[in-house]
Amino acid sequence: MTLPFRRAVLALLVLVAPTLLQAQSADAPVQQILRSHAEVIQKSSRKTIGPAIDALAQSGLPEAQTVLERWQAKDMWFNKETGLFVFASTADGGLQIFDVSDGVEIGVVDKKEYKQLKPNSGIRGLIASALVQFQLNDPNPRTRDAALTAIERDAEASHLSALRGSIEAEQDADLKARKDRLERLLTIRFDEDEAARLAAIDSFAGDLGVDVRATLNPLVSSEIKVADQIPDGAVGIEVGSDELTQDQAYKLLVANGLAPEPVDAAAVKQTLIANINGDTVAGVQVASLDEDAAREAAYQVLAQQGLATPLVTQEDIAETVQKHKFFKVYVSAPLPIALAAQAALDNIETQVALNQTADLVLDALSLASIYFLAAIGLAITFGVMGVINMAHGEFIMMGAYTGYVVQLFIPDLTLSILVAIPCAFLVTFGAGVLLERLVIRWLYHRPLETLLATFGVSIALQQLAKNIFGTQARPLTAPAWLDGSMVLNDIVSISYIRIAIFVLALLFLSLFLIVMNRTRLGLEVRAVTQNNRMASSMGINPDRINMLTFGLGSGIAGIAGVAIGLYAKVTSEMGSDYIVQSFMTVVVGGVGNIWGTLLGATMVGTLQKGIEWFNPSNTLAAQTYMILFIILFIQFRPRGIIALKGRAAEA
Amino acid sequence: MSTLLEVSGVSVSFDGFKAINNLTFQIGPAEMRAVIGPNGAGKTTFMDIITGKTKPDDGHVLWGEKSVSLLSMSESQIAQAGVGRKFQRPTVFEDQSVRENLILALKNKRGPLAVLRFRARQQDHEKVASLADEIGLQSALDRKAGELSHGQKQWLEIGMLLAQDPQLLLVDEPAAGMTPAEREHTTDILVEAAKTRAVVVVEHDMEFVSRLNCKVTVLHEGSVLAEGSLDHVTQNERVIEVYLGR
Amino acid sequence: MVDMTSTVEPIRKPLVLRYPSVAIFLIFLSLFTAIITVLGEGFGIGLISTSFIKTLGKTLCLCLAALAMDLVWGYTGILSLGHMAFFGIGGYAIGMWLMYARTEIIVVDSLAASALPPTAQEISDGIATQIFGVVGASEFPPIWAFAHSLPLQLAAVVLVPGLLALIFGWLAFRSRVTGVYLSILTQAMTLALSLYLFQNDSGLRGNNGLSGLQNLPGLDSVPQSTVSILFFWASALALGLGYLVCAWVVSGKFGSVIRAIRDDQSRVRFLGYSVEAYKLFIFTFTAVICGIAGALYYPQAGIINPAEIAPIASIYLAVWVAIGGRGRLYGAVIGAAFVSLLSTWFTGGQAPDISLGFYTIQWVDWWTILLGFSFVAVTLFAPRGIGGLIDKLTERRAPDRHGADLGPDLGSLREKEANE
Repeated sequence: MTLPFRRAVLALLVLVAPTLLQAQSADAPVQQILRSHAEVIQKSSRKTIGPAIDALAQSGLPEAQTVLERWQAKDMWFNKETGLFVFASTADGGLQIFDVSDGVEIGVVDKKEYKQLKPNSGIRGLIASALVQFQLNDPNPRTRDAALTAIERDAEASHLSALRGSIEAEQDADLKARKDRLERLLTIRFDEDEAARLAAIDSFAGDLGVDVRATLNPLVSSEIKVADQIPDGAVGIEVGSDELTQDQAYKLLVANGLAPEPVDAAAVKQTLIANINGDTVAGVQVASLDEDAAREAAYQVLAQQGLATPLVTQEDIAETVQKHKFFKVYVSAPLPIALAAQAALDNIETQVALNQTADLVLDALSLASIYFLAAIGLAITFGVMGVINMAHGEFIMMGAYTGYVVQLFIPDLTLSILVAIPCAFLVTFGAGVLLERLVIRWLYHRPLETLLATFGVSIALQQLAKNIFGTQARPLTAPAWLDGSMVLNDIVSISYIRIAIFVLALLFLSLFLIVMNRTRLGLEVRAVTQNNRMASSMGINPDRINMLTFGLGSGIAGIAGVAIGLYAKVTSEMGSDYIVQSFMTVVVGGVGNIWGTLLGATMVGTLQKGIEWFNPSNTLAAQTYMILFIILFIQFRPRGIIALKGRAAEA
Repeated sequence: MSTLLEVSGVSVSFDGFKAINNLTFQIGPAEMRAVIGPNGAGKTTFMDIITGKTKPDDGHVLWGEKSVSLLSMSESQIAQAGVGRKFQRPTVFEDQSVRENLILALKNKRGPLAVLRFRARQQDHEKVASLADEIGLQSALDRKAGELSHGQKQWLEIGMLLAQDPQLLLVDEPAAGMTPAEREHTTDILVEAAKTRAVVVVEHDMEFVSRLNCKVTVLHEGSVLAEGSLDHVTQNERVIEVYLGR
Repeated sequence: MVDMTSTVEPIRKPLVLRYPSVAIFLIFLSLFTAIITVLGEGFGIGLISTSFIKTLGKTLCLCLAALAMDLVWGYTGILSLGHMAFFGIGGYAIGMWLMYARTEIIVVDSLAASALPPTAQEISDGIATQIFGVVGASEFPPIWAFAHSLPLQLAAVVLVPGLLALIFGWLAFRSRVTGVYLSILTQAMTLALSLYLFQNDSGLRGNNGLSGLQNLPGLDSVPQSTVSILFFWASALALGLGYLVCAWVVSGKFGSVIRAIRDDQSRVRFLGYSVEAYKLFIFTFTAVICGIAGALYYPQAGIINPAEIAPIASIYLAVWVAIGGRGRLYGAVIGAAFVSLLSTWFTGGQAPDISLGFYTIQWVDWWTILLGFSFVAVTLFAPRGIGGLIDKLTERRAPDRHGADLGPDLGSLREKEANE
């Protein structure tokens, strides 16, 4: 089609179309609705548009959704003369218009005859919420999902009926459950029927969802009011209780104009200064006014002279408060609803506490597994060899830095962690063997000297790490599959790294048990522990066993270092953060028994988390109290939870 | 005859192993007693219980005329009550002189403040000198105990025991590592001591026991197997079986 | 053990005459004090800077603490890793008064400009705001109840460390916690204390600590050069007296008992001594000495914060005593003076860097490593520490025995084990 020809056709249409189609579309119900609200629609104001949108949304017409959507998208125009509403898009030269009821093209018209509706963002929001009911029934589950999310975020009373209407037809079980839950939440908030609201509140008994608490909490918001008599249906409040102290009660009276404002010490001072006359105030020497009582006396004089407002004494306050009655009013819901909501919240509170305990236990377990990992190497060297290794913390650090260095060379995170673990073991195993050969074997039977010598090693290693890696923390990045956490409900969740550490701890426990009880090395280690001389006369080389044991203990510290580095930062001081807790774990658990170490770690971890729970803002205090507790614990079980008895214990 | 120490029905076990099993034992205020028994019979544990080092699971240990229970007392309280112990291996304070060792043992006030104010009186010096004379260490008074020979350390420990002036002496193998002449001297000292106080000697050496010429208690598997004169117990079938090993 | 082991002789001569090392030490200390006074700025010719005099004064206080450590470790065999905590508590106790009194002067001055004379409450509020503003508080915590009074805070210098040591020691010794267990427990106590003080609501200004302690209240007109000499004298006096008292304690039968406890405590029990009572006595006594040393140290340092109490400080104390030589009082003093001064020299950036061509050793970074390894070396090769050198000079030898080594240096328990 050539251009001139097309233009000719268009011109023809423009002439013919309006008259031709006007009759048809003007009769359509949707057109009628629009027309009946034409005035407010054209005015396009957020305040007045409501009835128009409601009329459309509630018309039950299948095309209503499209109309609303196009309107929202600024695709709706109307004829300035006839008031006909059409969908339109600008075509070259003119405006291509479509029928609002069936979307059939009407033709191309002159732009000047029509005016575009430009709803502002406020109106678009209103339209959007009106659209929700259509979206809730949309065949596409994603749209329904998005609609539900939109309601969850910002619900309105109008959504309730839409939601109710859409539940029946919902096919998707998940979405149906969500709709059902949301319907009950909206019932609580918006339903006019009190019984329905109460039933909905009841249905949430013990529910842990944050949304439930968010819905219920506003219902119980209350205000304390004052009057001569407690009105019917209000809850009286005793003055002096936690809910309302005498001072708060008096302030309420002042705010209601029922009592004079009290004069505080600063005001007394200001008034006195303002009334200084030479060296005296109200006939009192200024120099003598260095006590509150003297100042008050002088002020009383001023008050009697009418130069100041009278003081309000504590007795006055008590008396005034006595004269009034105070009561609580629920401001955002009728009393029965508020009370039911309060009861439901209390119930939920208990459930929350239970679940928080569960969460705490999980937290404590993961902390315990970290302490176990950190302490197991120490338990081996201390328990099996009687050697206190103060450099143990530095072996942990060494392991973590090994992991960091490995990550520098291997960018793939999963692979690098898999490589880092054996590397860390080898490095710290080597360091441990070196330490044992060079230092510790000369100091057997002199535990205090060992303690000090290994401390020397510890400060040297720490500074060495500082010199090599600097003082800033180095990252040891966990692979992506360890990111995030496992969420059980809104309260209980645990991060995958902590689960991994827990698993690692279990792994080491079983590894240790297997090595000690099922291998030749374990047999020899136990032999050397129990009777060194006898073991050596049986052909066991205690030197070699000691060396291997120490290496093993240090190697495990290295692996613990990688694990700890994954969730905490790698610094040269990270070892010293764990060393005291590790010692505590070993001491509390009892020396020379892996189960003791396990119990010790559990106890230290639980204690620390438990105390933190009492005072969540303060980790430092938690550690302080934990250590004090352990010192006391040692009183009752000096040899730890699992104590060796008899001759072996006295060695 | 009154009783100085009464041990009745005492049992103690280490990890299920019964080291002492329902042991009953009595000794008078001026009596010598030899305790013999094979290895593992519980001799050392028996002494540990009396001196408070080991707390028994069961039974009573009563002391003195007032029959005080020793079980509720600490080692040092028991020692102060009048129980002196000589260990199998000589344990003297090797880093200190013989004189210091003896003065430590001398019967004087034991509290920290009393000791802080302590000044050796004339009688203390005389006592030390006479003890040193008796144990043959008068010329070694200012030498460090660590420099002494094994036998001399045994003597020093006996000297310290005597310096404590206890009512009950528990002596574990006093003659080990001594020459025959020294053994004789040891015997004399012990017999002399037994005239005024109770002495319990644990010994392996039958010849030494026979020279003590006293009542003998035979321990086996933590309880008393036989008691009486040496001749009497050595004829006991059970004793021959378990002790002499056939 | 050069002199302390000499016997109890029938006729007792004065302590100083019986133990020449005490006399030598006291003479040396007096000479040193006199020379420093002459060379210093306050009363002398000004060859030595005031800051160096403060360093020397602080070192004397550390020597006093080391003396206490030697008593508890070298003589009694309790490796306490908590004595610097007592030192710190002494510092906090005196610091509270210094800070209170000085702030009080400032606050009273500023309130004097007001039209009405200030009430006691206004002054107290003003001081509290000044002191606790940094931790967001404006009221005095209960532990500051006595901060206004110098005598009471001076009593606290002695009583608080003493009481803490008494309670802790009673708990620990009663349950027969010994050896490395006890060391770990004391370390835990120290850690607990420092963590507690690190909190802002500990009532002692959290990690800000107490500061401005070098300014004595009401003595603003006295120059620091004079103040430093006064504190130097006080420190020297305290060290001298402390040395005398310690020498007295370890010289007689008491010394004999505690050394016996160190070497074989169960044997001491069977002799009828209550080992726990002796340990408790020494632990508490040395805690008090440390408290006094700390109270003299921190006004010279000017600032105290919880990091000073961290377990590492107490371990360093043990290091000094070990390097100086355990079980001899002068060893502890020499060790503390030598290592802490050397440490000041190295970490102060005065030590020349060593260029290896490819790498330059900067002592600020490498001193700790050197210290750590030399400490290992001392433990392994020279367990008698610097004191061992003095043994060589005085040609004093260890007893020529066929058994194993003995004494605090090598553990007298060795022979027993060898015989087993």
